[in-house]
Amino acid sequence: MAKCFSTLQFHPERCDGCIECMTACAQAKAGTDDLRFSRIRILPSINGSGHELALCRQCADPVCVMNCPSGALTKNADTGVVDWAGDKCVDCLLCTAGCAYAGIVYEAEVGHVSKCDMCDGAPACVAACKNGALEHRTEARLFNGFAEKEDMFCPGLAACHGCNSELLIRHTMRMVGPDSVVAAPPGCIPGMGTVGYNGQTGAKVPIFHSLLTNTATMLAGVKMQYNRVGREVIAVALSGDGGTADAGFQSVSGAAERNDPILFICVDNEGYMNTGMQASGVTPYGSWSSTTPVGGAMQGKRTEAKNLPVIMTMHNCSYVATASPAFLEDYYAKLAKAIEVSKTGMAYLHVYTPCPTGWRFPSSMTTEVCRMQVRTNFVALWEYDPENGLRFTHKVDRPEPVSNYLKMIGKYRHLSEEQVAHIQRTVDDKIAYLDQLTKIETHAAASAH
Amino acid sequence: MHSKYLIVGSSHAALEGATAIRLIDSDGTLAMLTRDARLPYSPTILPYVVSGRSRPDKVKLRDESYFRANAIDFVSDATVASLDPAQQSLCLVSGETRRYDKLLIATGAAPALPPVPGLREVPYHVLRSMNDAVGLHEAMQHAKSALVLGAGLIGMHAAENMAEARIGVCVVEMQRHALSGYFEPRASTIIERTFTRNGIRMLMGRTLQRVERAGEGCRATLSDGSTIEADLLLVCTGVKPNMDFLAGSGIETEAGILVDDRMRTSAPNVWAAGDVAQARGFWGDKVLNGILPNAVEQGRIAGLDMADDAGLQPFPGAVPLNTYSFFGQQAISVGRAHADDGVDVKESGDDDKGVYRRIALKDGKLIGIATINDFIDAGVMWQLILRGTDLSAVRDKFIADPMLTGRQLMSQTWR
Ligand SMILES: Cc1cc2nc3c(=O)[nH]c(=O)nc-3n(C[C@H](O)[C@H](O)[C@H](O)COP(=O)(O)OP(=O)(O)OC[C@H]3O[C@@H](n4cnc5c(N)ncnc54)[C@H](O)[C@@H]3O)c2cc1C
Repeated sequence: MAKCFSTLQFHPERCDGCIECMTACAQAKAGTDDLRFSRIRILPSINGSGHELALCRQCADPVCVMNCPSGALTKNADTGVVDWAGDKCVDCLLCTAGCAYAGIVYEAEVGHVSKCDMCDGAPACVAACKNGALEHRTEARLFNGFAEKEDMFCPGLAACHGCNSELLIRHTMRMVGPDSVVAAPPGCIPGMGTVGYNGQTGAKVPIFHSLLTNTATMLAGVKMQYNRVGREVIAVALSGDGGTADAGFQSVSGAAERNDPILFICVDNEGYMNTGMQASGVTPYGSWSSTTPVGGAMQGKRTEAKNLPVIMTMHNCSYVATASPAFLEDYYAKLAKAIEVSKTGMAYLHVYTPCPTGWRFPSSMTTEVCRMQVRTNFVALWEYDPENGLRFTHKVDRPEPVSNYLKMIGKYRHLSEEQVAHIQRTVDDKIAYLDQLTKIETHAAASAH
Repeated sequence: MHSKYLIVGSSHAALEGATAIRLIDSDGTLAMLTRDARLPYSPTILPYVVSGRSRPDKVKLRDESYFRANAIDFVSDATVASLDPAQQSLCLVSGETRRYDKLLIATGAAPALPPVPGLREVPYHVLRSMNDAVGLHEAMQHAKSALVLGAGLIGMHAAENMAEARIGVCVVEMQRHALSGYFEPRASTIIERTFTRNGIRMLMGRTLQRVERAGEGCRATLSDGSTIEADLLLVCTGVKPNMDFLAGSGIETEAGILVDDRMRTSAPNVWAAGDVAQARGFWGDKVLNGILPNAVEQGRIAGLDMADDAGLQPFPGAVPLNTYSFFGQQAISVGRAHADDGVDVKESGDDDKGVYRRIALKDGKLIGIATINDFIDAGVMWQLILRGTDLSAVRDKFIADPMLTGRQLMSQTWR
């Protein structure tokens, strides 16, 4: 199985050209401030308006390695770094002919070619960058881990083109593992075939098609029975927002109040997308849906979405968090906590999963839409537990205007300027409100000082 | 024996061909035949074996684990004698027959000997194989004087090796200047002067008329009438593709095996790549381009095409290119060394300090750049040429600092 590797990402828009990264590199690699020893090079843009980068990409298919006649360059199968062995190098510079990024270069002062070696997994340049223009992306670790785990669903689930809920549930259940039981109330997730067709199941673990109204309580009961016969299982609900926020709410609320030991995941696509795109209680203000049409009397949904995850913090859940499939590291960290918590109490995860079919955006844009939800603060990523209260896990310091998000999506196409301004205000208010929640001093925090 | 993929040769073109096939097809049977007796190594490393800097057993391009991991049947000591494209089979010198579905010929090139009277009667060396390098290294232990015929890359490398081993070296070159394939006379002169300063006699613009035995060594008579005696004679007067075994096969050849932009030869199911292949030049006719990066690129294209890669990018055309280190200095050349009419050429540098730069643009696009002791990223320059990047708007900046401007342009492109 091919491996994925960590990488350095450059965000040119955040770079101010301070070149502290270069000093840090020269220091780390040669113990000097002489920038000729730096292996990362920040350059002014040709037109002077920004910054450019010359740095080794640790290519998957490194031409520098192919061009090396001495065996001095090799692609490290464990770390992904293109390693350079000085004792084998003959200074022929043919490697430099293979690199279109100026990632391996010769500097007379250094006396041989040099290239980035990722500092054994802790890049000095990233640590030195105060603007976040250099980022060490380590998601590969997750993919490698997940590739080794068994997929708990059958191949060929029939989700819509561009739907990332399938990705989400496959990854979720890989992490949850085989000792589990799944409840899937009516919605897209059973609709795509997880509960099976024609008498055959779509999952490799026990899965049942609960009612829209009884998922949480039924799952808690099933878990109780497993406990009674002496089996440890993770009880997972994969529910849509309808089965959580509307018809499903009384049972979710009851289970939360009793802190039943289940992991309840709400896959929120802002409505009943599976049955014809009707609005739900979490459909945002202004959205077109088949029950909140755009016409003479109505310009999309007239009421606000209820903030379901915040409502869940007002119950007795042991853990509540929001997540986005574009921020998988964040999601996996929360999922790991939620799995642990669900052994003794209720864990509630609210995942925002845009729907290309029902929201009307190109199927290739799903991840971009997820990303923009977070970048505009339309979606806030946070977690909560009663001990520590609420905290942001991915605070957005300079949010983009919400209009950048709205204009990506067809269901908002009709919005007037006033409506957009209104949505911007509610987004700002929501963040301000969450911010207040983060400041509440819990007992645990109070006794800590 | 039959295999889905059969590769002849085990050097750069062959290895990249095999790796590329395995990217697409992980289990089709693949065999690699080579006349070498050892694991793959690069001819380019040989000057460093000659000098003693690299040890013959430390310069492997791949080891057994690579062949095992990629399910490649690596067969050494297997020299191909003939090919029958109609039968999809080839015959080895041992008499063994091998059949294939798809064949890659990556047999490289061998030294070409000049037609000098007496040459075959005197002891001489060439430098193409590990045995050649080990033999030359040993001969250098006893020699006090050497004659190197040819001031191309190989001859120049070897002459330097010998001078460093305190052997009195004389280089004879038919062209007026050394390395004329990559550099203009002004640049060549700078390099030649470094050689002269290091005690090497550079006899340019002369040919060898005759050579005869003299004691353990030889006596050579040059076109200017002078004679030179040397303990050791090294002939580096160019190479010719290894394609004798194609006789009777009907595969089209000129100077090398003619291939298209997917490295296909005129025979179905037969590809050729590397020094043996004659492929489209970036500026026109099909050419031999006997350099390592070219072998790598062609081998890879051939392998991908053999495995039916749907995303294959065809060969963009051969660009001459070299990075050449001599006496701790660097000379780099990418693209066309010699200017035509209508070319915007800028030369700069300081001959005495051995610093040189020459940039040739045509219609605002880079067609050639050469430097000495003035580093440029050859890979970046190569891309600028291949992409035909329009430099008109940044011409002055590029001429003032090609390295920086090249990096800026490429970084922009990758965004
Ligand atoms: C001394 C020296 C220095 C060089 N320096 C440079 C340099 O600085 N820069 C640069 O770019 N290039 C340099 N080169 C050129 C470079 O090495 C070649 O371009 C490159 O090796 C070509 O690779 P190839 O795979 O096409 O062929 P080769 O490397 O020639 O390999 C051919 C392979 O085919 C095998 N073979 C041949 N005939 C048969 C047969 N009949 N049956 C079975 N197997 C056969 C051989 O054993 C070998 O494995 C140098 C070459 C030499 C000799």
